[in-house]
Amino acid sequence: MRDFWTIFNQSFWTKAKTKSFVITTLIVVAGIFLMSNLSSIISKVQEIGVFDGGADSSTIYVVDHSGSLLEPLQQQLDASESDLTLKSSTKSIDELKAQISEEEIKSFLELSVNEAQTIQATYTSENASEFENPGAIRDALQNLQTNLKATSMDLSNEEVVQLFTTIEFDQKAVSDSSKSEEELSEARGLVYVLIFVIYFAVFYYSNMIAMEVATEKSSRVMEIIISSVSPVKHMFAKIAGVGTLGLLQIALFGVVGFVALKTSSSDLTSGVFSFFGFSNVSISTMMFAVIFFLLGYFLYATLAALLGSLVSRTEDVQQLLMPMTLIIVIASFIAFSGIGNPEAGYVQIASYIPFFTPLVMFLRVGMLDLPLWEPVLGVAILLVTIFILGWFGSRVYRGGVLMYGASQSLKDIKKAIQLGKK
Amino acid sequence: MTLKIDNVTKKFGNFTAVKDLSMTVKQGSMFGFLGANGAGKTTTFRMILGLLDATEGSITWNGKPITYANSTHIGYLPEERGLYPKMKVEDQLIYLGQLRGMKKNDAKKASNEWLERFEVPHYSSKKVEELSKGNQQKIQVIASLLHKPSLIILDEPFSGLDPVNVEILKKAILDVQKEGATIVFSSHRMDHVEELCEQLIILDHGQSLLTGSLRDIKRSFGLQNVRMKADFDLSYLQEISGVTSFKQTIEGGVFQIGEEKIAHEILRSALKQGDIRYFAIEEPSLQDIFIEKVGKEHA
Repeated sequence: MRDFWTIFNQSFWTKAKTKSFVITTLIVVAGIFLMSNLSSIISKVQEIGVFDGGADSSTIYVVDHSGSLLEPLQQQLDASESDLTLKSSTKSIDELKAQISEEEIKSFLELSVNEAQTIQATYTSENASEFENPGAIRDALQNLQTNLKATSMDLSNEEVVQLFTTIEFDQKAVSDSSKSEEELSEARGLVYVLIFVIYFAVFYYSNMIAMEVATEKSSRVMEIIISSVSPVKHMFAKIAGVGTLGLLQIALFGVVGFVALKTSSSDLTSGVFSFFGFSNVSISTMMFAVIFFLLGYFLYATLAALLGSLVSRTEDVQQLLMPMTLIIVIASFIAFSGIGNPEAGYVQIASYIPFFTPLVMFLRVGMLDLPLWEPVLGVAILLVTIFILGWFGSRVYRGGVLMYGASQSLKDIKKAIQLGKK
Repeated sequence: MTLKIDNVTKKFGNFTAVKDLSMTVKQGSMFGFLGANGAGKTTTFRMILGLLDATEGSITWNGKPITYANSTHIGYLPEERGLYPKMKVEDQLIYLGQLRGMKKNDAKKASNEWLERFEVPHYSSKKVEELSKGNQQKIQVIASLLHKPSLIILDEPFSGLDPVNVEILKKAILDVQKEGATIVFSSHRMDHVEELCEQLIILDHGQSLLTGSLRDIKRSFGLQNVRMKADFDLSYLQEISGVTSFKQTIEGGVFQIGEEKIAHEILRSALKQGDIRYFAIEEPSLQDIFIEKVGKEHA
C-alpha cells in the first residue's frame, strides 16, 4: 500500500507542478473572472470612452421638424431610466452627417409628424450596427405615439392600459418524469455546462493518463518501476493520482466561478444567468455530476492506460486513442442533442450503455425527475464495466509495458495478454 | 541466499526464447552472463525479476520465488536505459528508492552519498535530460544500488561509459559485492567479465553452451595460445600439425594449439629461422572461447 501512495503522490505532484498545468489553470481562472464580469467591464470601458474617439455617445442631436416632440421624448427616456440626453440642433442634415464622419458627434435624430399623426424618425450614425440607443429611442417614440393617438381618439389612460394588457401563457406536461417548463429552463443551463465539464474533463484527463504511461514506456523508466511495483498497482495508483488532480482542478474552477459570479456586479437572477439556471443550483444535480465525472473518468482512464501501454513512442498515442476518442465524442453528441428532448427513446437506451452512461444518464438525471433506480442501475452497470475493464486492462498492461515494437495496433492487445500471462 | 534457476524454459507462442536453462549463483558471488544479441539474456533477467513467468521450470532466490513481496531486496539495471527526462536527479532517485521500500529521508541521504561517490554531486538538482548519456547511466546505476539490494541484476552496465567511468563503476560494484551482495551481470565486453566474474554462463539461442567457473571453463576449453614476436614472417609455422589457427599481428603472430608440447615444437622450428624476441604460452581469453563456441553455432 505504501508503494501505491508513493506512485499516487508522484503522479499527482509531478503533473501539478508542470508549467503547462499551472498556466492552463491560471488562464482558465482568469477566463472565468473575465467572463463573469464581462458586462460590467464593457460598460466601464464605455464610460471611460475608449472606443468613442472623443465624441459622447449618450448625447444625441435632434432636428425636430414638428417642434413638439423633443421635450416629451426626453421625458419618456428619463422615465425608462435611459441616460441618453437629447440636444436640439439647428444645423442642416448635411452638416450633421459631416460631423459624424469627422467623429465630432456620434449620432443624430430627425423627427417629424405626418398628416395621419404618425411619428416619423430617422436615426443616423456612423454605421448601422448600433442597436442599444436606437432601440431605446424607438421604444420611447412608440410610447409617445401611443399617447398621441390615444389623445386624438379621446381614450382615457385606463382604456389605454386595458388595450395593452399582456396575456398569461403557461406550458404543462403530462409525463410524470418531466419537469415543469420553469424547472426545465432552470435545469437546462446547469446541465448543459456540467455535461460539457464532464465531457471535457474525462477526455482531457484520460488523454493525460495515456500520455503519462506512454512517456514512461518510451523513456524506458517503466521497466525499473515494474520491477519494484506490480504493474497493476502502478496503473491504478497513476489513475487515482491524476483523477484526484482533475477533481481538485475542477473544484477550483467551480469555486472560482462561484466567487466570480457572486462578486461580479451582474445580477445572478436576471438576464443570461437566469436562463442558465444558476439562480437555483440543485444539490442533487451537482452530486450526480461528481459521481458521473468520477465513474466516467475511471472507465476511460483505464481504457486509456490500457491503450497507452501498447505504444512504444508518445507520437503513436493519439492514433491508438482514436477509437476511444470517437466513443466519447458520440456520447457527447447524444447528450447534447438530448438536452432538447431528454425523453427520446435513443437517449433512454444510450443512458444504460456504459461508455455513454456518464454523459447521457447525467443528462437524464439533470433534466428529468427520474425514479432513483434508473441512475442507480446505470451506475451499477458502469461499475461492473469498470471492474471488468480494470481486470482486463491490468492483464494487457502487464504485458504491454514490456513490449517494444514498431507496429502499433489493437491487435497488439492479444500479444500483450500473452506476454503478461502468469 | 542462492539464486537457483532450475530447468527453465520460456516460450513466446511458437518461439522458444530460453530452453532448459539451469544455473546456480552463490551468495556474494559475481556471475557473468554472456551471449550474442538475442540469446535470451534479457528474457532470463525478466524471469528472475518475476516480470515474466517461466513456461517450465522454476527460479528461486533464497528458496523462494521473487515476487513483489521481496522486490525490495533486488536491484535492477535494465539494458534499455531510461529515467524520467523532466524530473530532477535527486527527486528521481528518491522516488525510485521509495518504490524499493526506502524511507524518503534515507533515500535522500543515500542518493547524495552515491552522487558523491560517482563524482557527480553537482547534478543532483539538474533534470535528467540535461545530462550526457554516460552521466544518465551513472544515475541509473545509482538507482539500482541505492537501496542496498542483496541481489543485483545489471544488464550491460558498462556500455556507453568512458574508461575512467568504467573503472569507477567496477570499483563500486566490487564494493557492494564485498558488502555481501550477489551480482549477476551481462556484458559484451569479455575483458570485463574476465576481470570481475568467478562464475559465468554463455547463452546461445536460449541454451546454455558453457557454464561454470572461469578457471574450469578455460582449462576445459582445451586450446591454448602461443604468442610470438620476431622480425621475420611466422606464417609458415602454422603448417606444424597441432596448430588449429594462426593470426598475424604487427610484431609477430598468435597460434592456437591443442597441446602444450606443440608450443615447444613451434619455438624450436622458429629458432632455426632466426631470433625470437618474445615467446609466451597464454591461457585462452574468454573472447577466444566465446567466438569459438558461439561463432561455431552461427556458422
